[in-house]
Amino acid sequence: MSTDHHHHDHDHEHIDHPDTDAGPWSEHRYIEGALRELLIEKGVVTAEEMRAQVERMEGRNPGLGARVVARAWTDPDYKARLLEDANAAVDELGIEIQPTHLIALENTPEEHNVVVCTLCSCYPRNLLGLPPDWYKARAYRSRVVREPRAVLREFGTELPDSTRIRVHDSTADMRYVVLPRRPEDTEGMSEEELAALVGRDAMIGVSVVTKD
Amino acid sequence: MSGFDVGASVRVRLAYPTGHCRTPFYCRGKTGVVERVCGAFRNPETLAYGQDGEPQLTLYRVRFAANDLWADGEPGVAVEIELYEPWLESA
Repeated sequence: MSTDHHHHDHDHEHIDHPDTDAGPWSEHRYIEGALRELLIEKGVVTAEEMRAQVERMEGRNPGLGARVVARAWTDPDYKARLLEDANAAVDELGIEIQPTHLIALENTPEEHNVVVCTLCSCYPRNLLGLPPDWYKARAYRSRVVREPRAVLREFGTELPDSTRIRVHDSTADMRYVVLPRRPEDTEGMSEEELAALVGRDAMIGVSVVTKD
Repeated sequence: MSGFDVGASVRVRLAYPTGHCRTPFYCRGKTGVVERVCGAFRNPETLAYGQDGEPQLTLYRVRFAANDLWADGEPGVAVEIELYEPWLESA
C-alpha cells in the first residue's frame, strides 16, 4: 500500500478503503477517512451500515423523478396532489422520500422554474440521486440567481422573453423538483414512454423536455 | 410569535452575525413577499454547533423581484428564498 499519506505516528495502520482512488490524499479525503474510521472504531456505525447507506443513495437516480413527472402528465388529479403535497404524492408511487420536505414546481408557458442552492448543494437526492458537478460549482450557484436567462441559454434552453422565471434558492429545509412541460405530440405515448423522455436537468429546470 | 401570512411584505434583517446561518448575503436588507409558510423547523444556527435546534422556528419562502435584489436585476425574474422568522421584519 502507498505510504505517501502517512505523515503521523500512531498504533494502527490506515487502510486504503476499496472505494479510494489511487494517488495522494486531499485534505478533505484525510478528514473523511479519519471520521469514517473513528465512527466505526467507536461503534457509532458499522462498516456494513456505511456501505449500505452509500449503496442506497447511489441507487437513487433521476428515473424516480421521471416516474413522478410522467404520472403527473397523464393524471391531472395526481398532478394536483403533487403540487399540493409533493411528499404524499411521491409516497403514492412507492418512492421513499422521507425525511426530505419536497416542493414540486410546475412549468407553464408563462412561468419557468429553476432550482439552485447558492449556499452549498442542497438537492432532492432521494428523488433524483446525486447532484451533477455543475450544480455544486460556484459559477452555477452565483450566476443562476443573477442572470438566469443567460445561464439557461448556455444550457441550450431559450425561453421567450414573455416567460417569467422563478429561481428557487434551496437555502434551508425544503427541496425542489421541477415539473417540466409535457412536449407536444406525445398524446399517444404511455406513461413509461413519457418517463423515458424526462431527464435530470429538466427536473432541475435548466432544460426542457423534448420528444426526441 | 405572530408570524407572517402569505402575501405579507417582509424585509430581511440587515445583519451580519458570526457563525453558521442559512440567510444568503444577497437578500439581507431586501424586501420581498411571503410566498408560502413551510412550517416549523429546528434552528440551523444552533444545530450547526451540536445543539438540539430547539425551539423550532417558522420557515417562510419569500419571493423577491430580481430588480429589488440587484440594480441590474432582470425583468420578469423572481428569486425565492427560504428564511427563518427571526430574520424577517414587517415591511
